[in-house]
Amino acid sequence: MTDTTQYQDPEIIQRLLHSSRTVAIVGLSSNHLRASNFVGFYAARHGYKVIPVNPREEEVLGNKSYPSLSAVPEPVDVVDVFRAPAAVPGIAEEAVAVGAKALWLQFGVISFEGADIAVNGGLDVVMDRCFKIEHARYIGRMHVLGFNTDVVSARREVY
Amino acid sequence: MNDEFKPDHTFGFHTRAIHAGARPEPSTGARAIPIYQTSSYVFEDPESAAAYFNLQEYGNTYSRIMNPTVASLEERLSNLDGGIGAVAFASGMAAQSAALFTLLTPGDHMVASSALYGGTVTQLKHLSRKLAVDLTFVDPDDLSAWRKALTDQTKILYAETIGNPAGNILDIEAVAVIAKDAGIPLMVDNTFATPYLCRPIEWGADIVVYSVTKFLGGHGTSIGGAVVDSGEFDWSNGNFPIVADPSPAYHELEFHETFGGYGYLMKLRAETLRDLGGAMSPFNAFLFLQGLETLPLRMDRHVGNALAVAKWLGERDDVSAVRHPAMNPKYCALVAKYLPKGAGAVFCFDLEGGREAGQDFIRGTRLFSHLANVGDAKSLIIHPASTTHRQLNDEELAAAGIGPGTIRLSIGIEDADDLIWDLEQGFARIGTQQ
Repeated sequence: MTDTTQYQDPEIIQRLLHSSRTVAIVGLSSNHLRASNFVGFYAARHGYKVIPVNPREEEVLGNKSYPSLSAVPEPVDVVDVFRAPAAVPGIAEEAVAVGAKALWLQFGVISFEGADIAVNGGLDVVMDRCFKIEHARYIGRMHVLGFNTDVVSARREVY
Repeated sequence: MNDEFKPDHTFGFHTRAIHAGARPEPSTGARAIPIYQTSSYVFEDPESAAAYFNLQEYGNTYSRIMNPTVASLEERLSNLDGGIGAVAFASGMAAQSAALFTLLTPGDHMVASSALYGGTVTQLKHLSRKLAVDLTFVDPDDLSAWRKALTDQTKILYAETIGNPAGNILDIEAVAVIAKDAGIPLMVDNTFATPYLCRPIEWGADIVVYSVTKFLGGHGTSIGGAVVDSGEFDWSNGNFPIVADPSPAYHELEFHETFGGYGYLMKLRAETLRDLGGAMSPFNAFLFLQGLETLPLRMDRHVGNALAVAKWLGERDDVSAVRHPAMNPKYCALVAKYLPKGAGAVFCFDLEGGREAGQDFIRGTRLFSHLANVGDAKSLIIHPASTTHRQLNDEELAAAGIGPGTIRLSIGIEDADDLIWDLEQGFARIGTQQ
């Protein structure tokens, strides 16, 4: 299978956004102009506990950075990956080993091998989707900048 | 809050024309989309303000750059068009110039159809001079002409789905392939078709521009424009450092790297709209949203009436030609492919008898409004040789595809029988010297 849409199920994405609290971001950069930093900043702002996983960083967005997923000393809900596709199978194995609930691969991080490893380990997989954009689509305010959320609903949201 | 995630469902065009971009306003529950008549927005705290200006968070800052009523229109239009988003502007011309300004730099080259709205031709020539961009016009029906016009500096191909006023139909898929092979985007003005009749993105176009003033608004009340992006174009392919490289106009932000498929629209809004300032008013956006709710209903009637009138004209001896795309053998296959629901409602016909006949004809009608617009619920009529093109002699008119006796109609949603009755009065007036 080489179809990324099988890993873009709106139902799974919304369930993960609502039920997750801890997001380990693999490849999170301290450079505030990098996409990973935008996503980490946004996730923290919206109440997720962001755990940086990047051997090149000491601390990102005020949180200690760990050299690998296995080194993270607490449970992780979502493993969000900003790495080259070739690194994904190894990260997926670690994600299974640490008992994460989901493997989330950002735009362009396409690895069917990694996805298979995660699925076989019982994880949900999201591929070629941005954690920030999906949050902004369903829960946040992506619509205020004229983007197409594809959400049709006549319900009044209660905050 | 967790009961929101339901099994996925794909909503139809009519449903989305009413509901896309119109989730109920949470603090009041207002069902109609409120008109946010405000210049600016109070920030929650300094951190939020900073996050909005840094584009780290989606939020409102100032209505020159974004406004919730305008955003509803942008989301609805991009949803109907199959795009990832849109940016609205004060007019179609403002939208088009901003779309080009965002991706062109001095020394670039642009290839455009020669069969465009006259205002667009004027704008492209003006932009070309001011931006030092080379401009080549090609016959849009000649695919080899598009390919031959390409240079190493070519940055965009530009055409209209249905040409104004000659009714050329663009082979969108074929021209999109030429653009794709060259690593550049195809930009299409889809004003005459609207997303109900044709969605250029589905055929490979990258950017779609609109005069929202026309059929989208549909009632001739307001001026507005919009740019819709497919989100599919790879701005990091080496041809567009202006989009991909660190931007000096936004603290060295790399728009494509940071926002992916949303990068072009973010740049269009956060830099071009911010700096050129042609923002749509929230009141106009509200009227356009009202218009979009009935777009599919109106368009079915527009195209049905237009074809009925065109066929009636085609049977008359005193009409030398009816230039409705669906009646032109040259375009039948393209109409069937790209415009199966109808080839729009704006077309020309040629009167025997030249300029005087044209002017007499206009004097004879009373239901058709004599004015320089198209895409209104009301039927509209104009004689180009004595109005929009009156400075041209017969030879120059011919070069523009307009005869001395050419009449342009924009067919509205009245009763077709009444429109035909009114046109009969026009024919009866010819030669009466009144």
